[in-house]
Amino acid sequence: MEKLLEVKNLEVSFQTYGGEVHAVRGVSFHVNKGETLAIVGESGSGKSVTSQAIMRLIPTPPGKIKNGQILFNGEDLVQKTDKEMEEIRGRDIGMIFQDPMTSLNPTMKVGRQIMEVLIKHQKMSHAAAKERAIELLRLVGISMPEKRVNQYPHEFSGGMRQRAMIAIALASNPKLLIADEPTTALDVTIQAQILELMKDLQKKLGTSIIFITHDLGVVANMADRVAVMYAGKIVEMGTVDEIFYDPRHPYTWGLLASMPSLDSDDKKELAAIPGSPPDLTNPPKGDAFAPRNPYAMRIDFEQEPPMFKISDTHYAATWLLHPDAPKVEPPEAVKKRLRKLSSNYEKPILVKESE
Amino acid sequence: MLKYIGRRLLYMLLSLFLIITATFFLMRAAPGGPFSGEKQLPPEIEKNLNEFYGLDRPWYEQYFDYLISIAQWDFGPSFKYKGQTVNDLINNGFPVSFFLGMEALFIAVGLGILLGIIAALNHNKWQDYGAMVFAVMGISVPSFIMASFLQYVLAIKLGLFPVARWESFMHSVLPALALATTPMAFIARLTRSSMLEVLSNDYIRTAKAKGLSKFQITVRHTIRNALLPVVSYLGPLSAQILTGSFVIEKIFGIPGLGSHFVLSISNRDYTTIMGVTVFYGIILLSAMLLVDIAYGLIDPRIKLAGGKKGE
Repeated sequence: MEKLLEVKNLEVSFQTYGGEVHAVRGVSFHVNKGETLAIVGESGSGKSVTSQAIMRLIPTPPGKIKNGQILFNGEDLVQKTDKEMEEIRGRDIGMIFQDPMTSLNPTMKVGRQIMEVLIKHQKMSHAAAKERAIELLRLVGISMPEKRVNQYPHEFSGGMRQRAMIAIALASNPKLLIADEPTTALDVTIQAQILELMKDLQKKLGTSIIFITHDLGVVANMADRVAVMYAGKIVEMGTVDEIFYDPRHPYTWGLLASMPSLDSDDKKELAAIPGSPPDLTNPPKGDAFAPRNPYAMRIDFEQEPPMFKISDTHYAATWLLHPDAPKVEPPEAVKKRLRKLSSNYEKPILVKESE
Repeated sequence: MLKYIGRRLLYMLLSLFLIITATFFLMRAAPGGPFSGEKQLPPEIEKNLNEFYGLDRPWYEQYFDYLISIAQWDFGPSFKYKGQTVNDLINNGFPVSFFLGMEALFIAVGLGILLGIIAALNHNKWQDYGAMVFAVMGISVPSFIMASFLQYVLAIKLGLFPVARWESFMHSVLPALALATTPMAFIARLTRSSMLEVLSNDYIRTAKAKGLSKFQITVRHTIRNALLPVVSYLGPLSAQILTGSFVIEKIFGIPGLGSHFVLSISNRDYTTIMGVTVFYGIILLSAMLLVDIAYGLIDPRIKLAGGKKGE
């Protein structure tokens, strides 16, 4: 598989009055051509910052990419000038945001907002761009696009606005689409429609997608691979099957246990992860999840866990995978889903830092 | 749209009627009259004058007579400027004040918006601080000090412009600058804060994610949305500036309309007070109507029809 995007050891921090907030602390992952990678995590885990860093949309100052590389088609985006990034944004990487109600300019016609991308990146004439904008609106499932193209965002419903956002993001056939919680602000039936639309368009256009969400139900439906983020780090990464049927990190267990499923007993209360995420102004020593982790061992409070490799595609950063760690049982809700996966190694392998 | 404007014109007439009525009675309630001065006039002459101008008749007759003549755009003769009607005063003074006011408006709006945009785009950098110090100074320095300062530096010391009088375009530059300073500073601050607010919106991030340049984002997505507060300030401002300023016209010796507002009151020149007030009211109400129409053009979410029947 060819890697379209490779993020290596990315560190992003923000200068605030309270001190420097280390929002992303050494994140590495890659996205293959045509696949969907979901980044999951609770609020403040650094998933949105990571995605905005890829687009270089972090406001600087106060934000800063302190370290790391973002290789897109082999080129490092961190080193690009603002002018060079303008060429990449919108043309090679498209982006959809969380709130469609505020993400479109209220005083500009929707068609015009799509045409901007086409005129800028495809050097289309005004008339050709309008033609194409109508086509795009039709493609994202908006009826009567000839009429809609001349309307303003306030004349669109929430779901239609998100469709229009998708049309903007896909206008110049980007290789990568970053969707930052694209369905969070929509109601459930519209969510399903938007997800269906994205999957459908991905099949047609072959776009890679980074899908950022805190909704594991959406992940199962959309993603090929999943990265779980906590406190600015990726704690576990693997294929959808690996994350859902053979999770290894206690935080992933916590997330899965707190997700309602169809066969769950409705008398039982959903599990919650106690506590709240750490303050990233002063990241804790050791494992950031340790204070909320019922499985934490003493070493978790002292030393950060290294990455262990469970299969070719499955990584997790927890001391529980160390050969000397005691055997622990995941929570009941997770145990019910566990399956034996044939791709696993016999034993987790410690990943050396340099890799 | 036409229906909307028609309805607004009707409301304007109603407002004007209220303005006329209030001014008429307030004016009569003030002690003194047009012919009371330090030197007491002989009673026979005063009686003759009152009779001549109709001031001896009961108030309601005067009031309704006045309403009728105003409806015919006849403001009556001035009590103080013999041989001139109030219409003459307005016809002579307003073009001058209007020309000067337009020039000042042009400077205030152009420079003010420009300064505001520069400040907002360089938020918390030296350009921002520089523009805002300039703006605060512009707001705090009164126009008569600004006028004397301009006269002293640009006219007397450097000799670039004539000191005073109203003869050529060059004569209008200094008074226009003095008149424009405060509104310009105000517009600069207004533009800056409104630009900063718009720049923090999600759709600006969308525009960046499209790969638009900073210039394109500013021109297409920011300025238009940031101008709404400026446009609403422009209504009362233009009415005020276009009808002239007493202070500036006195300092520069300009035969504009501004002095009549102040002098007619101390003179108890009833017809002139009424005339200029009504005239000012008309200008103000029309400016407000223009602002509301401009609002609808700038922001498509604002429907001028009142939102009941749609378009």
